Amino acid sequence: MKYVDEFRAGDLAEKLARQIASEASADRTYHFMEFCGGHTHAIFRYGVQDLMPENVHFVHGPGCPVCVLPVRRLDDAVELAEKHGAILCSYGDMMRVPGTKQRSLIKAKADGADIRMVYSTLDALKIARDNPDRQVVFFAIGFETTTPPTAVAIKQAEAEGLENFSVFCNHVLTPPAIGHILDSDDFAPGGPAKIDGFLGPSHVSAVIGSKPYEAAAEKYQKPVVIAGFEPLDVMQSVLMLIRQVNEGRAEVENEYTRVVTREGNRKAQALTGEVLELRESFEWRGLGSVPHSALRIRDAYAFFDAEKRFTVSEKQSRETKSCECPAILRGVKKPTDCKLFGTVCTPENPMGSCMVSSEGACAAYWTYGRFRDPARQKADAA
Amino acid sequence: MCLAIPAIVTALEDDDMAVVALEGIKKRISVALLDEIEVGDYVLVHVGYALHKVSPEEAERTLQLMAEAGILKEELEEISGGAA
Amino acid sequence: MNMVDKGVSIRAGSVDMTHGGGGRAMAELIADLFQRHLGNPILAQGNDGALLEPQNGRLVMSTDGHVISPLFFPGGDIGSLSVHGTLNDVAMTGARPLYLTAGFILEEGFPLADLERIVMSMARAAKEAGVPIVTGDTKVVEKGKGDGVFITTTGLGVVPDGVHVSVECAKPGQAVLLSGSIGDHGVAILSKRESLEFETEIRSDSAALHGMVAAMVEAVPGIAVLRDPTRGGLAATLNEIARTANVGMMLDEAMIPMKPDVAAACELLGLDPLYVANEGKLVCLCDAGDADVLLEVMRAHPLGGDAARIGTVIDDDVNLIQMKTGFGGTRVVDWLAGEQLPRIC
Repeated sequence: MKYVDEFRAGDLAEKLARQIASEASADRTYHFMEFCGGHTHAIFRYGVQDLMPENVHFVHGPGCPVCVLPVRRLDDAVELAEKHGAILCSYGDMMRVPGTKQRSLIKAKADGADIRMVYSTLDALKIARDNPDRQVVFFAIGFETTTPPTAVAIKQAEAEGLENFSVFCNHVLTPPAIGHILDSDDFAPGGPAKIDGFLGPSHVSAVIGSKPYEAAAEKYQKPVVIAGFEPLDVMQSVLMLIRQVNEGRAEVENEYTRVVTREGNRKAQALTGEVLELRESFEWRGLGSVPHSALRIRDAYAFFDAEKRFTVSEKQSRETKSCECPAILRGVKKPTDCKLFGTVCTPENPMGSCMVSSEGACAAYWTYGRFRDPARQKADAA
Repeated sequence: MCLAIPAIVTALEDDDMAVVALEGIKKRISVALLDEIEVGDYVLVHVGYALHKVSPEEAERTLQLMAEAGILKEELEEISGGAA
Repeated sequence: MNMVDKGVSIRAGSVDMTHGGGGRAMAELIADLFQRHLGNPILAQGNDGALLEPQNGRLVMSTDGHVISPLFFPGGDIGSLSVHGTLNDVAMTGARPLYLTAGFILEEGFPLADLERIVMSMARAAKEAGVPIVTGDTKVVEKGKGDGVFITTTGLGVVPDGVHVSVECAKPGQAVLLSGSIGDHGVAILSKRESLEFETEIRSDSAALHGMVAAMVEAVPGIAVLRDPTRGGLAATLNEIARTANVGMMLDEAMIPMKPDVAAACELLGLDPLYVANEGKLVCLCDAGDADVLLEVMRAHPLGGDAARIGTVIDDDVNLIQMKTGFGGTRVVDWLAGEQLPRIC
């Protein structure tokens, strides 16, 4: 696979590892937050941590759209299918996420709700065309990467007069979340969280460009390196971050130049802006209410807004008690700090969202990383 | 987050659609998010949409940078070792 | 009653409740469709049970229900799959399969032409394997209560003397062999799933493995473990072995054969090929000293051309399957949590 395999080459990884080891200063530690689950996944999938010196640490961030969607929104989606009889179209990622009382889309489907997994908004449109007598709701989740396809689908539905199609919009924005994390008390001097720099999003940045991170880098004096999702990209970006830290710089640099420009994809931005607008604030699982961090459908396209078409009931949506997902999403706690981790909460029976998505910090840690766990090593030694 | 994969455009179709290939896999995707697109371009595919073009020159440059990271040091050692 | 008079009108007809009712329509269906295509002397006995010859050696029995969507896919269909799947389960004990049985659950309205295609495919698979289908059963369920057709097959086989292939024989130090490329079946199925559709040359690897197994146990009667990595893929199979035998494994990612198209399809859909189903591959654990002989035998067989040694059994109380990645790191290859779903992030 061109532009994929080259960036997974083991021989280059070895060279980069040596370079990182030689440039990382032995008398300090480096904590880098990878905002995106895509980086988390790459780090564990390829064993990138094995190639890092001991003083370079990855802190897993909240960049997994499935993980940050609040339970309430998921409960609402289930209600759309169950009470309003709509065909609910969802990306595969959402299917197993537990809502209130562990109720997921898959469980609702098993109970008879018409919930269909789609790969693309194009498929959701097709389902709407094929079922003119049914309401078809697309459960839109995701960051800036996944947002333009939703906007295109809404415009397409309008152009075709697909009156039975609507979108339950849950799109969220990356830069406000990064700012929110850095604003929190956790990051105040002496706070529990320690971050020396950020691996910036790959594909979000393909759409929004590298420019939107500049203000945060300046304000919080943290280096950001936009990093591709392949393991060599991660390593090269770590090297760039170490250099910035060593030189006392806090700039936005771009490692992923083959796809990301400073301006991003203007056409995608314009299409999104035409159909969607900022919400005053939006609830993030783990982060709480974050101002100007999500998008809703503009009034001009209100006809296609599932939130306006259907009235969902007030409900008492609840997180699982003692689930540490919120703190883990903020990078303040590790999966192993949660007492549910690996005991009650496993990928087979997830209690919180971080365990569901394979990009969630808990699931990634469980699947790929738990054998590195000190407790496990102790057990081995005993 | 945001799984996307580079694929080559093999055919352009009506209504902003195109066919892309990834090895022998062919898939119809939307190119509604891109301005100019030609057969032979590599595009980043996400949820059935081309999100951005992939720049062959920049890809080459990044690989070069990665390769140099290790090589330079080795060469330096070799040079200094040779001189000593 | 014209159906009865003219026999089953296969071209235009469809399954209805009378085909499972025990009356003449059912008898016609059995005669015109099942017996015609699957015919063999034992099936022709016409009894409710098949009378079989006595056998020397330990008998092996295995049963497997087959439900699959789509019913027809590149490289096979539910018919051939139901024959191969059960033959392979029998063969994974080192046995030579002797007989098969088949039970059909048909949904009202299912086209008889499709059923005939499926039965012909079963007949072909059974003939190629040299294992007759000796008895069967047909039931019909109301429209909406089935998914076209479900097929359950049972296989009976006999294990050669001196062969003891069983999962508890897995021991640290043994070699882990794999007969060929992973993920072909799962990717072929996915390519035809509604809303995922993509074009690919990849075909299901559905095949009967007992021929290769026979050659393997003949060369090395002391083979420890054989398994076919079907649902859940290679990862699930290795984890099952590790847990049952209380061992771990260390794999070498670079040695696991995979077709470029399978890798590409998995990248596109966000799947891990280690968890994608196979229907014509086997995993073999054997003493390290026997690995080369077995690989030679496997590679000489048409179904084992890409056979490779992919890892080693290690001592591990936690039964982890670990893997050296092509990148130079290590990862854990864990159990699959639920069905692997295509993902966007």
